[in-house]
Amino acid sequence: MKADPKGVLTGSHYLDGDHACCEGALAAGCRFVAGYPITPSTEVVERFSARIPRVGGIFIQMEDELSSSIAILGASWAGVKSMTVTSGPGFSLMMEHIGLAVMLETPCVYVDVQRGGPSTGLPTLPSQADMMQARWGSHGDYEVIAISPSSPQECFDMTIDAFNLSEQYRTPVFLMMDECVGHMTEKVVIPPADKIEVTPRRYTKLPPGKYLPYKPDRDLVPPIVKAGDGYRFHVTGLTHNEKGYPVMSADCQETLVHRLVDKIRVNAKKIIRYEEEKINGADVIVVSYGITARVAQQAIELARKDGVKVGSLRLVVVWPFPEKRIRELAGKTKAFVVPEMNYGQIVFEVERCAAGRAATFLVPHGGGTTHNPEDIYKKIMEAAG
Amino acid sequence: MKKEHPGAPLLRMDRIPHIWCPTCGIGTTLNCLISALSASKLDLDKVSVVSGIGCTGRGAGYIKLDSFHVTHGRAIPFATGLKLANPKLKVIVFSGDGDIIAIGGNHFIHAARRNIDIVVICVNNFNYAMTGGQVGPTTPLTANATTMPFGNYEKPFNLPYLAESSGAVYVTRWTALHIRRLTGAISETLNKKGFSFIEVISPCSTIYARRNKLGDGLSLMKFYHDNSEIKHGANTRDVNIEFQKKIVVGKFVDIEKPTFLEARDEHYRRVLGEKYQPYGGIG
Ligand code: SF4
Repeated sequence: MKADPKGVLTGSHYLDGDHACCEGALAAGCRFVAGYPITPSTEVVERFSARIPRVGGIFIQMEDELSSSIAILGASWAGVKSMTVTSGPGFSLMMEHIGLAVMLETPCVYVDVQRGGPSTGLPTLPSQADMMQARWGSHGDYEVIAISPSSPQECFDMTIDAFNLSEQYRTPVFLMMDECVGHMTEKVVIPPADKIEVTPRRYTKLPPGKYLPYKPDRDLVPPIVKAGDGYRFHVTGLTHNEKGYPVMSADCQETLVHRLVDKIRVNAKKIIRYEEEKINGADVIVVSYGITARVAQQAIELARKDGVKVGSLRLVVVWPFPEKRIRELAGKTKAFVVPEMNYGQIVFEVERCAAGRAATFLVPHGGGTTHNPEDIYKKIMEAAG
Repeated sequence: MKKEHPGAPLLRMDRIPHIWCPTCGIGTTLNCLISALSASKLDLDKVSVVSGIGCTGRGAGYIKLDSFHVTHGRAIPFATGLKLANPKLKVIVFSGDGDIIAIGGNHFIHAARRNIDIVVICVNNFNYAMTGGQVGPTTPLTANATTMPFGNYEKPFNLPYLAESSGAVYVTRWTALHIRRLTGAISETLNKKGFSFIEVISPCSTIYARRNKLGDGLSLMKFYHDNSEIKHGANTRDVNIEFQKKIVVGKFVDIEKPTFLEARDEHYRRVLGEKYQPYGGIG
């Protein structure tokens, strides 16, 4: 399906990542945003609140992130594409409803413009320290989809991707930005609406009475309905059967939660996205994501000048993690170097998949600013041996 | 011949028996809601019920409408999203005092302040029943609770006063045995625009009644009913509840005020003129 031109600001713009994210949401057809102000994400909702009365839709500034993160679920069940935007402290509060979104299989988008933590941390400065929180932050077992843009243009493009994936898999999708990407201003090209592909909601074709809210299709995703269409359906955060009714048993838990997890795992091949450069024959592969991928580029070039064969693997979709690809590469390369603005998160995934067949080096950084490329360069040289 | 429950068309009979204890007031309250809905002229396909967590929170699971059983305390913000995204829906929150007033208290006052067009039915049984009888923000002074084993010394909220001062346009209180009046009140709210609040004083036979030695559920239900005093228009300041004393019931507030969406619409029409794109939901 093509984008609704009403929300598409076609043209060449000079935007920061936060503003670009807002435009991406509008282009994707998002017509409901609930938010709570928090630096460095606030510009997304500020722009949305100014744009939406002229596009047609709703913005509401809620009393906190607990409520924003569930108001978007209510809106989604009314059939409206919805999003909330936050940063670390707010993201922590949203974990409750990320679990609910997973459990009810509600399409929606959560944007986290990461800043330094823990706690209030560095409100105005970047980090990438919420990556594991995105993966594991809510209690219970589940799988998520998380995307990591590294430029304002990608904030636009990947917000659309986030909405499309959430509709395709009936699941919350995270756009894991960071303060740097959120606040850097660059050229953003917004294509005409008929060049933007949006995934429509996967409504059931079955009539009321025949429809079961949690009976999956072949790809393990159940078709959905919306409130007000006569289905008189029930959904619950309790473990439930295909009818949506609570069933407190190990069997039902196994059927439901296994499918929720498999829904992403089985389709992972279609979801995973990464960009590789000069991987073939590389002695060292730099695995990076978000803004750090751009910083790493300079280090990679420096090392190449010194004659080191360095490849680059940039994770675009971070969750689900490209396990298979890292395993393959581990048999071919000497070492992985993983720079990230935290003290070790995604590096553990790389290490796990490398399983000792290639060395894994972290280039840690506490956040507050991006890496010094020199540090990444040094680690590449060390890894090259 | 087996007689069908009169509420059957609006009950998920495939989920009966329900989990509520005999003589609990939640069931009678749900019946009142079902009677009011059955008698109303609303298109019931356009009515949604949202519940949080707790004994009353199970309400959404038994009513045969679009129904949502969400997280603890957050039924109101879920309902807010649902209603704003599709203003054609009638959205009813059915939940308990712990859910709506303790963990959900912040959402309650803000939804009332914004005058979100939803009906909130709060079954108040003075304690956390599902978890075994802990003290709540509605537990009367001196009443016993598992986490107030020597009697409660925390002053409870007066819910109608809280609702009115937060901005609710309709505030009423009945007991679970005021079947006709409670049904009537719910009927009124179904036709009312804005944030409507109904407090239902309900016996928790299994936990609260037993722990406080108040007899069986039925006698407590009767006690609440017989010790209530109908005072329509009473000042909500004066309707706080004391342990096993008189309960003032009635309709306390019934005013008109623009809802969130009406205020927004009116404002944007004025300031944005033709640039404003009114929103009426999708589908
Ligand atoms: S525990 Fe109390 S409130 Fe819960 S169902 Fe039983 S009587 Fe009702």
